[in-house]
Amino acid sequence: MQLTLNVNGKDHALDVEDDMPLLWAIREHVKLTGTKFGCGVAQCGACTVMVDGQPVRSCVTPAADVKGGRIVTIEGLDGPEARAVQDAWRAIDVPQCGYCQSGQIMSAVALLAENPKPTDADIDAAMTGNICRCATYVRIRQAIKDAAGKLKE
Amino acid sequence: MTIVSPSLDRRALLRGAAATGAGLVIGLQLPLQARAQSGAAKVISSGEAAPLGGFAPNAFIRIAPDNTVTVLIKHIEFGQGPYTGLATLVAEELDADWAQMRATAAPADTALYKNLAFGMQGTGGSTAMANSYEQMRKAGAAARAMLVEAASKAWGVPAGEITVENGLIKHAGSNKSGTFGAFADAAAKLTPPAEPKLKSPEQFKLIGTDLAKLDTDAKTNGQAIFTLDVMKPDMLTVLIAHPPRFGGVATAVDEADARKVKGVEDIKIIPQGVAVYARDFWSAKKARDALKITWDESKAEKRSSSELLALFREAAKQPGKKSAERGKMPSGDGIRTIEAEYVFPYLAHAPMEPLNCVIEYSDGACSAWYGCQFPSIDQAAIAQVLGLKPEQVSITTLLAGGSFGRRATPNADIAVEAAAAAKAYGRKRPLRVVWTREDDIKGGRYRPMNVHRIKGAIDASGNIVGWDETIAGQSIVEGTPLASMMKDGIDPTMVEGAEDLPYDIPNLRVGAAKMDVGVPVLWWRSVGHSVTGFSTETFIDELLTLAGKDPVEGRMALLGKHPRHKAVLAEVARMADWGGKVPEGRARGVAVHKSFNSYVAQIAEVSKGEDGVPRVLRVWCAVDCGLAVNPNVVKAQMEGGIGFGLGAVLHDAITLDKGVVQQSNFDDYRSLRIHEMPEVIVSIIKSAEPPTGVGEPGVPPIGPAVANAWAKLTGTRLRQLPLSAKAV
Repeated sequence: MQLTLNVNGKDHALDVEDDMPLLWAIREHVKLTGTKFGCGVAQCGACTVMVDGQPVRSCVTPAADVKGGRIVTIEGLDGPEARAVQDAWRAIDVPQCGYCQSGQIMSAVALLAENPKPTDADIDAAMTGNICRCATYVRIRQAIKDAAGKLKE
Repeated sequence: MTIVSPSLDRRALLRGAAATGAGLVIGLQLPLQARAQSGAAKVISSGEAAPLGGFAPNAFIRIAPDNTVTVLIKHIEFGQGPYTGLATLVAEELDADWAQMRATAAPADTALYKNLAFGMQGTGGSTAMANSYEQMRKAGAAARAMLVEAASKAWGVPAGEITVENGLIKHAGSNKSGTFGAFADAAAKLTPPAEPKLKSPEQFKLIGTDLAKLDTDAKTNGQAIFTLDVMKPDMLTVLIAHPPRFGGVATAVDEADARKVKGVEDIKIIPQGVAVYARDFWSAKKARDALKITWDESKAEKRSSSELLALFREAAKQPGKKSAERGKMPSGDGIRTIEAEYVFPYLAHAPMEPLNCVIEYSDGACSAWYGCQFPSIDQAAIAQVLGLKPEQVSITTLLAGGSFGRRATPNADIAVEAAAAAKAYGRKRPLRVVWTREDDIKGGRYRPMNVHRIKGAIDASGNIVGWDETIAGQSIVEGTPLASMMKDGIDPTMVEGAEDLPYDIPNLRVGAAKMDVGVPVLWWRSVGHSVTGFSTETFIDELLTLAGKDPVEGRMALLGKHPRHKAVLAEVARMADWGGKVPEGRARGVAVHKSFNSYVAQIAEVSKGEDGVPRVLRVWCAVDCGLAVNPNVVKAQMEGGIGFGLGAVLHDAITLDKGVVQQSNFDDYRSLRIHEMPEVIVSIIKSAEPPTGVGEPGVPPIGPAVANAWAKLTGTRLRQLPLSAKAV
């Protein structure tokens, strides 16, 4: 089917299968590869993107369902929360293998946009859908707190 | 180290560059103070070559006229830090400015890039830093000496009066200075010194500091290129239907429905299963789901976990093949004995990036781009499948989304499968072979199932006087190209961490019972130590408790010959204030274990979770890994090792029902999640000893520390993993 997706502020006319998940449309047709495939069943969060400001698991969301929506991937992430989160991530070297980190960062930015002063429990609740097999969780938690602190300033 | 002449090495470099001409070389700019400056760090990809060329003093360093220093890293980067660590060693001896450093993957070339601990090119056993420590420093020192010699000739001043600091070559007397780039061409004409002088540790400026990791920026903005991100014109995606039982073989396929899926280009039976070639992942997946395959399962493993467990249990009751023995198990008056059985399940590695490989084959040459952990083995294996010579196979190693052992296969599984898919396709076209998560969880090469049976003896005075243990497990290396690792008929990966029990126990026997099962097995982060660390450290804890001794003091008293074990144990006890007040409803357990020449002690603080599973709140960790080249990376590896180990200990098992794996994805093969991650406090023992591994040694102590805390909290000794399940 013919489909136009707005990704990172730009329209992309695509010819994809009706039921193709957004993840594969973004990765293999729009050719933005920062969004990752980890499980295909919305269990790991590596594929998280924003659709109209909300975090979405792109591996189980049909691309056709988000036609007309504003899709933002890690490559198009911007704004004060995004900058604070990415700076905090860099400052304490959060990533190890790095494969899940785009999804982690998308979830963290979504959390801070909703809740600028998250508690530990808020962080756990918002981030528990994002698996990191390297278990960088200690630093993810710290970086989110650091980013929240910076946003307050 | 191998010093090759610059001219010869340029040819090697060109080979490498040609193989990566499509822009798959990843160069990472290294910011230091500059890390906050915008644009300081980037991944060089898609069409751009890494800034190579100019002065090539040896196989590891390229100094370009633009003043960049590129280090060719012979170890795969999957988060454990070799890009940063090995570049640090070079920068230290070169007296480079960290901001001018670059790192990129070395090509597959055993002669130049072998792991000095293995004799072949490959990463594993937490050896990346240990085997490179002197080699990379010598490479840097040789390059420095040649740059200084070039400056000395140009300026007409004695080399001994020239200094190098932060990437600047200076002669104070004549007030002359120059960059590395300015002398690159002149230095390239000189002969490398045979034995360059190395710094003494007190002269180090970069080694031992928390230099920012080279790959962090790219892994924070989505620019890091993993195998799944490689895009080549006209590339097809290949998904392979594997047999439902290990050892099954596809004999026929009804492809009518699969052929109807839009985007499908071809379908072939290959030795590994049935390959579907399609224009994208989704088409390939839909078509694969529509295949109707006939499998020959006459040689397949068809037993269930319960049957296998019964056999392992029986074998663990026998002595097994002798691995260690001193004295004789005491008995008689005043001797108390206890006996315990430990059960460990098969475990999948489940790296975040499932296995994959981009391959292109035609006209007597093959190129592959992927997270290759054993280049020597993979290169030979691809060559064999395709009827090529190894040197006709180029491999570009990319960043990998985790491994935990999975990408280090003695029989090169993903490489061989990709080569088989390319051969069957038969036309020149880039192919990307991709595994799904289900392929990964069901696809085998698991940490072996194990049953350990240990008898312990305590005399009338409360001394531990006997230890008799049999380990029933599978061999990882037997029958593979790494079979030479076998020692006296025993696979050392079965008994490591048990046969070398550090405690002063006068009578000890360890035996190994090798089980023949058709489930393919593999090293899983910390290998044999992932099971022996658990059984030995929980059993010693049980014996000490029975003897009325404190777990820390009791261990100390038995570690007379092992000062480094004692030092980490003392440090972790100090950090946690062992013996001090513990919050209500919680208890603490300790464990200490040496693996891969590093020593780690951990104390876990545990409460009862809502679901009856231990909830781990805090972990203190002391590590002695020799000199910590980058303490921040060491800490990160301890944190990660604890989280990785804890997830498996709490939740994970791969089980078989009549040979079919029952788990399939992260819903039924859990990973630790953030709400289960304890606070982690790490202390690194100050040491001038050469560096040892950190990727694996953080894993073994966490399970026993948690189980020992649980025993203190509840009185129940946990001896079957995972702690949460009735699994296995």
